[in-house]
Amino acid sequence: MAHKRFFPARTLALAACAIAVLAMPARADTLQDIGKLLKQGQHAQALEQVDKYLSGKPKDAQGRFLKGLILTEMNKPGDAIAVFTKLSADYPELPEPYNNLAVIYAQQKQYDKAKQALEMAIRTHPSYATAHENLGDIYARLASQAYDKALQLDSSNSSAQTKLATIKDLISVNTRPGPARPAAGKPPVVVAAAAPVEPKAAEVKPVEPPKPAEAKPAEVKPPEPKVVATPAAAPAKSAEQAKPAAAGDAAEVTKALDAWLAAWSKKDVKGYLSHYAKDFQTPGAEARAAWEAERARRVGKPGAIHVRHENLRITVDGDTATARFRQHYQSAALKTSSNKVVVFVRRDGRWLIQQEKIGN
Amino acid sequence: MTVTSLRRFATAALLACATLALPAAAANEARYSDSGPEPQLARVFDLIEDHKWEAALDQTEALLKAYPNFRLGNLIKGDLLLARTRTLTTFGEGGGAASRDKVADLREEALARLRAYKTKPAANYVPRYLLQLRPDQKYAIVVDTQKARLYLYHNDNGTPRFIADYYVSHGKLGSDKLKEGDKKTPIGVYHVTASLPRQKLGDFYGSGAFPISYPNEWDKRMGRNGHGIWLHGTPSDTFSRPPKASDGCVVLANQDLDAISKNFQVGLTPVIISNSIEWLSLDDWQAERKALLGMIDEWRRDWESMDADHYGRHYSAKFKSDGQDQAQWVEHKRKVNAGKSWIKVATQNISMFRNPGREEYVVVTFEQDYKSSNLSNVMKKRQYWIKEDGRWKIVFEGAA
Repeated sequence: MAHKRFFPARTLALAACAIAVLAMPARADTLQDIGKLLKQGQHAQALEQVDKYLSGKPKDAQGRFLKGLILTEMNKPGDAIAVFTKLSADYPELPEPYNNLAVIYAQQKQYDKAKQALEMAIRTHPSYATAHENLGDIYARLASQAYDKALQLDSSNSSAQTKLATIKDLISVNTRPGPARPAAGKPPVVVAAAAPVEPKAAEVKPVEPPKPAEAKPAEVKPPEPKVVATPAAAPAKSAEQAKPAAAGDAAEVTKALDAWLAAWSKKDVKGYLSHYAKDFQTPGAEARAAWEAERARRVGKPGAIHVRHENLRITVDGDTATARFRQHYQSAALKTSSNKVVVFVRRDGRWLIQQEKIGN
Repeated sequence: MTVTSLRRFATAALLACATLALPAAAANEARYSDSGPEPQLARVFDLIEDHKWEAALDQTEALLKAYPNFRLGNLIKGDLLLARTRTLTTFGEGGGAASRDKVADLREEALARLRAYKTKPAANYVPRYLLQLRPDQKYAIVVDTQKARLYLYHNDNGTPRFIADYYVSHGKLGSDKLKEGDKKTPIGVYHVTASLPRQKLGDFYGSGAFPISYPNEWDKRMGRNGHGIWLHGTPSDTFSRPPKASDGCVVLANQDLDAISKNFQVGLTPVIISNSIEWLSLDDWQAERKALLGMIDEWRRDWESMDADHYGRHYSAKFKSDGQDQAQWVEHKRKVNAGKSWIKVATQNISMFRNPGREEYVVVTFEQDYKSSNLSNVMKKRQYWIKEDGRWKIVFEGAA
């Protein structure tokens, strides 16, 4: 019982630390530029730049995380593992280094290590959806290996190939919500216009009061340390206190949100994607087409999906509305609850999603 | 309450059915150190029943560390992992539809192993078949094909003492072998006839092979054929095979084969294969063996008496040996006796093994020291005794 209470408190403290560091704009610019280089495939230059940057700030988490990403992209898994391992040792409260470690281990078919890393990610950050999804895939992969051994299946069969492809996909997925990944795209329009890194920082900050988890991916009874022992992220008070929105607008936004979640639950990929504005900020500034393809794959995956919101709070400011809620997602493979922030913009009388974030 | 928990519960119920259906009797009567994977396997299932998934997986990993090629263990591991990601409705479901038969086999193995673990043979009971071991037969093997179990007995001054039991596989199509290629395991009284070292065998047979004496005299008389029924091990990548897996051989895990085979005496160690072992209390066993020993001694004395009619009463109407029926056999003896003034017959090292099949007979083997006024010889003799009209009678007799 005691350790459950200690846990969020420690997380909170360290997260605050991170925010303090993140508030330096010069640093953000540099990292953003390096992120662009990485995105353009100029790996060598990106690495050179990040090394230069780190020579001045050897402890910097963002820089080191970026370096890990660059090394991963450069197909230097050994070096990338070293960077992420050290980073997770120095910042054990950050789920992303664990997650990325897991992805590299998974690529190397070291599924047991991948599993351990993801379980760490989830222990530090129970609502980290990417880690949950990845862990689901790793469990499935480990299970498949066990079945291969049990039933003497030919592991070079096609299903195994598909599985590997899935895991390859994870690398783009896993880096997406990473707080440390500099947003290389346009600066966010609505929230924190001047500081592109800030919304990411908000994600790092799991403001988690010691509150027993009421919805978690595992059932109540069996002890599943990866989830049960850790409290779920609870709805946090938004930093900017919302002024009451015009009732009509808020109702419209709620309707748009409901329609979006309904399309998602129905696995109506087209309908789901139609809720996104043209200038939707894809996570990690991924190309829109790539993002849509990935979403289509995830949303369209076989098996029932059910997504609903809880504790919805909407603030409307002219043609921009921010919806904060707790999202309960449930599919055949995964059940998660996470805090979501969705920024809507009004375009031709329709409320469309411009930004979608996990976090507070 | 989450769907997840219901899903897990469903899996648990499924796996648990393996254990729930079993009588828990005699579990505390283990009279030897538990070896093999059963204790750990049983713990895994107990943990699953208690909904302790994490601990169950840990226990399974420990099991697989000890037995890396234990397919059943790997299947359970797969289930425990997969249950974290999706709903499972059947045991080994993640193995895919194409592997349904293999999964069914492993489920059978799980049931067989757990059943055997939870129902050890009771103390003071012995398999009915081991009526008498000769003094130099140090061990005896009794197989129960339905339970997929082999029992090792030690000859403790004439009384069989249980030493250990092991999981075994038998014929794909069951037991009661009739003919060549029927993929069945013979039921009957046999013994180890040879020891084939692993160097002379393919990897398929594992750590060794021990041919047994199928078909025996009775099998041949009943027209049963086929050959090459062995006790043997498993391939190097396989800890154990499903309960029904072989072409008729009895297959043990290599470590188990090694453990029992070091006790084997070629030409001597009995291997009795049953569908389902009949157990006798030591008192009943004692009564049964004494009655038969008495009859054997009566036969010996009647032979010494040179009264062919008395001697002839010990032979069944169905008797057949060397092409002679009962009347011819007795008539021949009458003629032989006529040329003699005295006969002395001694029997030594008698062994008596009851047939476990539907046919009620006892295989009696002994060293016969025959002396008479004009001829003496020493031979190893084998007789098959059946119960006819409530009396033990000889139905076959010949050199062993």
